[in-house]
Amino acid sequence: MNDQTAMNSYRNQPDEEGRFGIHGGRFVAETLMPLILNVEKAWKESLTDQAFLDELNYYRKHYIGRPSALYFAERLTAHFGGAKLYMKRDELNHTGAHKINNVLGQALLAKRMGKTKIIAETGAGQHGVASATACALFDMECEVFMGAEDVERQKPNVDRMRLLGAKVHPVTSGTGTLKDAMNEALRYWVSNAESHFYIIGTAAGPHPYPAMVRDFQSIIGIEAREQILEAEGKLPDALVACIGGGSNALGLFHPFLDDESVAIYGVEAAGKGIETGDHAASLTGGVPGVLHGNRTYLLQDEDGQIKDAYSISAGLDYPGIGPEHAWLHETGRVKYVSATDEGALEYFRLCSRLEGIIPALEPSHALAFIGTMIGDMDKDQVVLMNMCGRGDKDLGAVLPILEKQGLL
Amino acid sequence: MRIAAAFEQAKAEDRAALGIFITAGDPDLETSKEILMGLPHQGVDFVELGMPFSDPMADGPSIQAASLRALKAGTKLRHVLEMAAEFRAAHPNVPLILMGYYNPIYIYGVDRFLDEAVSAGVDGLIMVDLPPEEDEELCLPARQAGLDFIRLITPTTDDARMPVVLANSSGFVYYVSITGITGTRSASADSIADAMARIRSFSALPAVVGFGIKTPEQVREAAMHADGVVVGSAVVDQLAASLDQDGRASASTVSATLALAKALAEGRHRQA
Repeated sequence: MNDQTAMNSYRNQPDEEGRFGIHGGRFVAETLMPLILNVEKAWKESLTDQAFLDELNYYRKHYIGRPSALYFAERLTAHFGGAKLYMKRDELNHTGAHKINNVLGQALLAKRMGKTKIIAETGAGQHGVASATACALFDMECEVFMGAEDVERQKPNVDRMRLLGAKVHPVTSGTGTLKDAMNEALRYWVSNAESHFYIIGTAAGPHPYPAMVRDFQSIIGIEAREQILEAEGKLPDALVACIGGGSNALGLFHPFLDDESVAIYGVEAAGKGIETGDHAASLTGGVPGVLHGNRTYLLQDEDGQIKDAYSISAGLDYPGIGPEHAWLHETGRVKYVSATDEGALEYFRLCSRLEGIIPALEPSHALAFIGTMIGDMDKDQVVLMNMCGRGDKDLGAVLPILEKQGLL
Repeated sequence: MRIAAAFEQAKAEDRAALGIFITAGDPDLETSKEILMGLPHQGVDFVELGMPFSDPMADGPSIQAASLRALKAGTKLRHVLEMAAEFRAAHPNVPLILMGYYNPIYIYGVDRFLDEAVSAGVDGLIMVDLPPEEDEELCLPARQAGLDFIRLITPTTDDARMPVVLANSSGFVYYVSITGITGTRSASADSIADAMARIRSFSALPAVVGFGIKTPEQVREAAMHADGVVVGSAVVDQLAASLDQDGRASASTVSATLALAKALAEGRHRQA
């Protein structure tokens, strides 16, 4: 790639220091530095190791079930009466979400590095389940850190992890949420630095994790780009994906970043409404700061203390966002918007009723935003969203609400 | 200069320098100020004052809890700097080092923080989440402002990495004697001796041991090999044990905490 191309591309981040503009970096304790430098070295070597790539592709195809379908959502399209809506069906992956794309890549990398013990943090439990699954597959030990409250709320996923052979550590420190689970996973890694590999579940953390997770997830966008060209003979007019840490969104967006005609929307969780303060919209409601190994937008008070995020969706309930999103926000390449709990619940039900697809609460946020804009687009335009997870895990949280509203 | 002088004095007296860590604002500003002010009178040679942070990812349960107590009591970064200035006025020669995480400083503003820290008479900084790879953030500006930037060396720091870690560090070298978080397990005397020898082969700075040292006996063992010894979690535990049911200071909080500091200071002498 010549310098001119490099300067004009949104796809060549981060720099050697792991920076996306001012974001990213490696803000970790010295104990971890040699480890993340090792991870970076192994990851870079893997990029040109054909045997590694062949193995990754083998498991993608035969274990995850890739490529995932690109589906024209005919009834939702008719309902909206505007642009055509396509869904990238990553909820059909083994384990029911996009998380497995990243976990398999990192687990193979851990294997390549000779590590047999895995650490993971999880909020809703999807990344924990994916990690436990990969560890069963590759005969590795798996330790999952999960906020004590989430352990209660997401019992089916906790049971899945236990059945798969993982040890689930309920985290009570701090406020017992996903950020505390990540703190505890980092503490555990600091204490078991030589023997363990930490599989971070989203495109955040110290370099090289944001770039590495993005690359493992980019299979979503690479496939989607081919599939939409085949289906429509052109690129989509808009991409939409929900954002917690932001790995499913980056996976879809990254291969399209240099396609100027494609508008790109990331949907953060507005919880009870941005104005209430009870939300998880780090870009809309936060400012840049340093946490969990990277600089990015964080929900925090005026003294730099991190605030708790809130969303009905445990997968979006995190006070930060991946550093590449922070950079894409500042460059203006991606527009970051938000959807409330209420909007997500409405589309959770609507998508189930109209398409026979029960979406996870996370992509229901993406649908809720699409509901606000797609009707105004022309009928020959195309919107492509990432259906990044299935909603079975959310029935316990959603059904009582829908029942109360008389919507069942 | 205060840091170098404290280590020289300890060396002249054939003992190690003892550093005590407390979290500013734990359990409240007034009580922690009283403890801070009293530490030098117990024989403590230098003080590490923790700046509370909501997400102390390198700290064990004791210091996590201390941070949360301090934040709950309303401690802000400006209060920590005010405490530092009061300490300096009362103890002109005792080194004071601020220890914590980067985000509160980043939000406060690095230049503003450094100006005020220098004015307050702070001698050095220990920033857990700023490795040498991020030196331009705070380390280099701090050195420029005249503050020491004290770096942690850990058992995972190999010979190839040692010069990288030491390159811009000053004041002393802080050896984290365990691969782990604060206050959990303890290292053996042998491993400390080996590490001290290794650090001294790379650096002329005083070599200090911390993390996992809890008793006067452990201070004494470490003092056999190190130029300085730091105790943190044990002091914070002692403080926590003195609190009432609601986590507030009791009549014995200050005296109990200072009594432990005094006992620990006995350990810095290499003979019993």
